Amino acid sequence: MLREKRAQDIEKVLAKYPPERRRSAVMPLLYIAQEEYGYCTPEAIREVAEIIGCDPTEVKSIVGFYTMFYEQPVGKYVIDVCDDLPCALRGADRFVSHCEKKLGIRVGETTPDGKFTLNTVMCIAACDRAPVLQINKQYRYALDEQTFDRMIDELP
Amino acid sequence: MATFYGSRNKTMERHVLLRDIDVPNIREIDVYLANDGYAAWKKALTTMKPDDVISVVKDSGLRGRGGAGFPAGVKWSFIPKDVFPKYVVVNGDESEAGTFKDHQLIDCNPHQVIEGTLLACYAVQANTAYIYLRGEFYEPAQTLQKAIDEAYARGLIGKNVLGSGFDVDVYIHLGAGAYICGEETALLSSLEGQLGQPRLRPPFPAQQGLYAKPTVVNNVETLANVPPIVLHGAQWYRQFGTEKSPGTKIFCVSGCVNRPGNYELPLGQYTIRELIEMAGGALQGRAVKGVLPAGSSAPILPASALDTKLDYESLQAAGSILGSASFVILDESVDIVWAARKMVRFFKHESCGKCTPCREGTHWALQLYNKLLSGYGTLDDVNMIGEVAAQMSGKCFCLLGEFATSPMLSTLKHFRAEYEAFVRAHSGGLRNGYDDELIREHVIDPAGNLIAGAVGQKRH
Ligand SMILES: Cc1cc2nc3c(=O)[nH]c(=O)nc-3n(C[C@H](O)[C@H](O)[C@H](O)COP(=O)(O)O)c2cc1C
Ligand code: SF4
Ligand code: FES
Repeated sequence: MLREKRAQDIEKVLAKYPPERRRSAVMPLLYIAQEEYGYCTPEAIREVAEIIGCDPTEVKSIVGFYTMFYEQPVGKYVIDVCDDLPCALRGADRFVSHCEKKLGIRVGETTPDGKFTLNTVMCIAACDRAPVLQINKQYRYALDEQTFDRMIDELP
Repeated sequence: MATFYGSRNKTMERHVLLRDIDVPNIREIDVYLANDGYAAWKKALTTMKPDDVISVVKDSGLRGRGGAGFPAGVKWSFIPKDVFPKYVVVNGDESEAGTFKDHQLIDCNPHQVIEGTLLACYAVQANTAYIYLRGEFYEPAQTLQKAIDEAYARGLIGKNVLGSGFDVDVYIHLGAGAYICGEETALLSSLEGQLGQPRLRPPFPAQQGLYAKPTVVNNVETLANVPPIVLHGAQWYRQFGTEKSPGTKIFCVSGCVNRPGNYELPLGQYTIRELIEMAGGALQGRAVKGVLPAGSSAPILPASALDTKLDYESLQAAGSILGSASFVILDESVDIVWAARKMVRFFKHESCGKCTPCREGTHWALQLYNKLLSGYGTLDDVNMIGEVAAQMSGKCFCLLGEFATSPMLSTLKHFRAEYEAFVRAHSGGLRNGYDDELIREHVIDPAGNLIAGAVGQKRH
């Protein structure tokens, strides 16, 4: 139960918005739920809906609208590589192909051991340091094949 | 801290915005305070009326840096005086391809962003500010939150700030991956916990914004300009820039240049060519083929426009826009059809689905580009791209749909011959090196055959 496990964080989030505008907390609450459950499970969606006082289907539509809320289980590490135009002008597509090879999966897939999910994403506002990716929302800048391999090999 | 920036060249004697280049560690509150930090905030609270702040910003001529270039002081003056509460919402969605200036401001000079936000609050008498950051700014959000906490601890935010009787709170709200949430009405919907889709205007946010209350929405960079303006005055600010485009602006340079990065320059003083030179010139000494002055949303300019001055009016006269000033440089080795497809893919991905011309138009346009890139395109398809774009023009609910037509129409306008050459060179399924991308995006299978539904027919 989110409400028990993350009571303090939930209170902190709700305090940001006017009391009659709890619905504003839906995104931060979904982030909390995702931290707890790994993805936005039906259970998580129900709990969030209950906290903000709306219908679970409405919360579900929010989950579906944004790319950073997951409707399916994901790997322990979610790797989002940018392959938008500015990065692609600096070799992002070749870099993504290398990531696929190194991890042995295609973009959109998770390794069989559940460790890595590989995605491509649109511009993440770091085109000056391409190729760039985020691993569990942490930036890794100016990568090449060697630094990527090292990063993967060193992750617990 | 892993904050390493591509280029931190000194382009000005003293930067107005990218002050981290001149003052190491200005992200720390003590360093910021020792360098005029929060001096404007103190000045406003102790010696200025809210309207005085609006006046000085109006006189400075500061224009919005989020894209539209609307004068900030004028926007603030639209806020009704007798309706409470009011809100200031800071737009840190920064999702236009090629834009990374707000990112550096937040990472490296967060207190100036906060101080600008506070001044906006005081000017319009809002007691609450929300800083909306794109969800991917999870790390920058931590930097900014730390700075906000420090400012609270020093009594610069909170109740009865510096004994002035003015109360103000500042909160960060993280998005979750949707370019459309940078559009101000979609941003407000998202902040209210609704789907991040645009709303009809009017009413404008100044009348009915967040929670249907008067709301100022300003870009991060816009607000970072405000502390120096309040501290040094409008005349001081106007020493930079031109009559119609006063001040300095951060230019994000990316793509085929040797030193991509943020370059702060007075508006109207330099040309695109000089900007590219500052960024180390084109890669491997190649010639520049085209420039996107505001990422995917701006019409491409051909090399013949390189001597255009860097300000709002000049870029408009040249047939494009300054927008957020995210200059993506394409050199002669870049395939225009491939580049246009990347941009169309962006808009297909980011279309919020609310209105048909944009939702369907971007879908069909991408299919046409898929067909060209996979080697099955014809000259009819090239014409059809122009037609799809023309069908969308003027019919979309918000500007995203309009932006989506610009990579199509502008590349066709300036580089039509390249499209035709592309079709001639890639017929009967002959491709040149795009296989990996096309397989990844489920256009062709690993054997090179078209996947049903990827071109010419709707998949879902
Ligand atoms: C599709 C679309 C995306 C936008 N994205 C952003 C953005 O990421 N950041 C931003 O500040 N403004 C963005 N804008 C502009 C905002 O709607 C709004 O004009 C701006 O935040 C106003 O602030 P300013 O006057 O300080 O520029 C976008 C507009 C559109 C139509
Ligand atoms: S133009 Fe596109 S992004 Fe804008 S409302 Fe219509 S579908 Fe949504
Ligand atoms: S295009 Fe990759 S970060 Fe901007």
